[in-house]
Amino acid sequence: MYTQPGNGSIPRGSGGPGIGAVVIPQLFNTPCLYIVFVEEKSLSEINERIREGSVCVVTAEEMPDLVDELGTDGAVREVDVVTTGTFGAMCSSGVFLNLGHSDPPIKISRAWLNRVEAYGGVAAVDLFLGATQPSEDKGNEYGGAHVIEDLVTGREVEIKAQGSITDCYPRLDLETALRLDDFNQATMVNPRNAYQRYDAAINSSERTLHTYMGTLLPRHGNINFSGAGELNPISNDPNLEYLGIGTRIFLCGTQGYIIGTGTQHYPQDNFSTLMVKGDLKEMSNDYLRAATFQDYGPSLYVGLGVPIPVLNERIAGNTAVRDEDISTDILDYGVPRRSRPVVKTVSYEDLYTGFVNIEGKEVKTSPLSSRYMARQVADALRDLILKGKFFLSAPVEQLSLTGKNDPMRQTREFPLVGDVMSRDVVTVHEDISISEAAWIIVGGTYDHLPVVSESEKLMGIVTAWDISKAVANGKISQISEIMTRRVFVASPDEPLELAARKLDHHKISALPVVDKDNHVMGMITSDDMSRLFSRRRYG
Amino acid sequence: MKLVLHVEPGIVRQPLVSSVILETGALVNIERAKVDAVSGEIVIDVSSDKCMEVKTAFEQRGVKVVLLEVPVIRDEMECIHCGACISICPTGTFRFEDFKVIEDAGKCVQCGACIEACPQRALRLILK
Ligand code: SF4
Ligand code: SF4
Repeated sequence: MYTQPGNGSIPRGSGGPGIGAVVIPQLFNTPCLYIVFVEEKSLSEINERIREGSVCVVTAEEMPDLVDELGTDGAVREVDVVTTGTFGAMCSSGVFLNLGHSDPPIKISRAWLNRVEAYGGVAAVDLFLGATQPSEDKGNEYGGAHVIEDLVTGREVEIKAQGSITDCYPRLDLETALRLDDFNQATMVNPRNAYQRYDAAINSSERTLHTYMGTLLPRHGNINFSGAGELNPISNDPNLEYLGIGTRIFLCGTQGYIIGTGTQHYPQDNFSTLMVKGDLKEMSNDYLRAATFQDYGPSLYVGLGVPIPVLNERIAGNTAVRDEDISTDILDYGVPRRSRPVVKTVSYEDLYTGFVNIEGKEVKTSPLSSRYMARQVADALRDLILKGKFFLSAPVEQLSLTGKNDPMRQTREFPLVGDVMSRDVVTVHEDISISEAAWIIVGGTYDHLPVVSESEKLMGIVTAWDISKAVANGKISQISEIMTRRVFVASPDEPLELAARKLDHHKISALPVVDKDNHVMGMITSDDMSRLFSRRRYG
Repeated sequence: MKLVLHVEPGIVRQPLVSSVILETGALVNIERAKVDAVSGEIVIDVSSDKCMEVKTAFEQRGVKVVLLEVPVIRDEMECIHCGACISICPTGTFRFEDFKVIEDAGKCVQCGACIEACPQRALRLILK
């Protein structure tokens, strides 16, 4: 497996301590120039030590204490490689599969593996199977990730394909069953893996949410987070000095490579990502696991580790990063928009304590990535290097230090609640009588009456149904006795689709629209919406 | 100790729990109760010395009683120690020990929340 490391852009020293100049300006008002020794070593020296069996490897969890004890110079002298690891649900993962040509040959346009669709628009018999694709029969409980896991564990997979007929590919469809060995190539190519850190999730809304950040309980019931903290590869090389195109990595139990920056790579904000590849045929189920996130879909847990050579003191300093140094935001997923409000900024150390204080309440935290498995990855990589089975490669090109993660340009406008709501809504105070309320409803256009306080703030709602019930019961006189106090509302800048989901979810037919001070601005009803949607669909 | 009481529709309206408490003098904690059109299921917690006495008292009233020794099991082969089950559990059944998930299964009241939250489908409720 070993290939001679190329002469990449890694700085090389002469072997012993290098000499560097450090200028310390304006010390005691006198410009001084100090000559100091700066520890450095080269990648080829490290690989030589791996070959000899004299290399010193530690994991990124062990490194911070070593640097505290030895200093960065001592750490460069003593430690050659720091192994990192992460094991998390990495949705942006998948495999390219080449099926070989059938007889008569087929040019596949659509294909399914165990009824999970793979993309067939790449040549005749190449497919790309994405991890998050749900199956057509089992839905979210079985998807692309599960097919990948089945292949890795040696199971047979049912293939169905449809072709588009040409003179050279006369076949229309095909059915077969294949094992991993039967594919010519099975190459994992993951467009976005190993996020440097990830926003944590909380839910302020009234209902349980099922998300790619797991199950989020209502009213700040729990916090879920993701990432491997101080073991994360990029957090140990935040300036991307060693991680580059061509860097050899540990990917799901075998050797893989970084092939570029991942999608949504955004180093400016410490959200770097990696695009990686590796041979699925050599991967192990220990470091690759299919998962299902309830009511969200399938995903793939990927074990990924990068060995970082301790070439100089700067790298040594970076690999001494601790959980407490890495911060992340807790975002409110109760707000179903792209920019979710930040509830609190915390460190990974805070998150790993198991509790975070939110508005005076201790909220339990759960990581969704496995720190235990991340550690197994870093340990496995260390052991491979110690046994002389894994050599470090120099990158052939640096990864970009700037990235782009802009919001989508949406060319088709989506209507907002404020564009569609009716503004001629009548509100009432809570002290009016049932019969007054009944008259207002009869004379108006709505069968919902928002009830407001003295200061015109929304307090509750009364429906025609509530009133008929009250009349039938007799005794009740004021609407304050019958109004519903827990009112679901919409805001004017909320997309109509979200308001429609609220109506549907709570099985109600109208929502008062309120501004941020809870003043009623209008009303949106399911009739308004169905009129609008049918116009859009058929108009 | 936890007991699961399966209550048939015919007796569901009787004050079963209170009469057993009065008869046995046991301190009973109702951990979960679900009663619908066809049957009822109640999970109670009683101290181990009173457990058998309470069990018999319910059985005499026509209730099917199952002793819940290990309410929830975690499949060690499937579990990846992600910890998703920790914050979701209302009774604190799971916790980390050096980043490995371990459970105190006796705390489980079989609410079912963790079953769906486990991305590996590694958790199972016994007798459900
Ligand atoms: S959620 Fe499932 S996989 Fe994760 S730690 Fe709990 S039992 Fe294990
Ligand atoms: S079933 Fe409910 S109580 Fe039991 S372990 Fe799971 S979450 Fe906790």
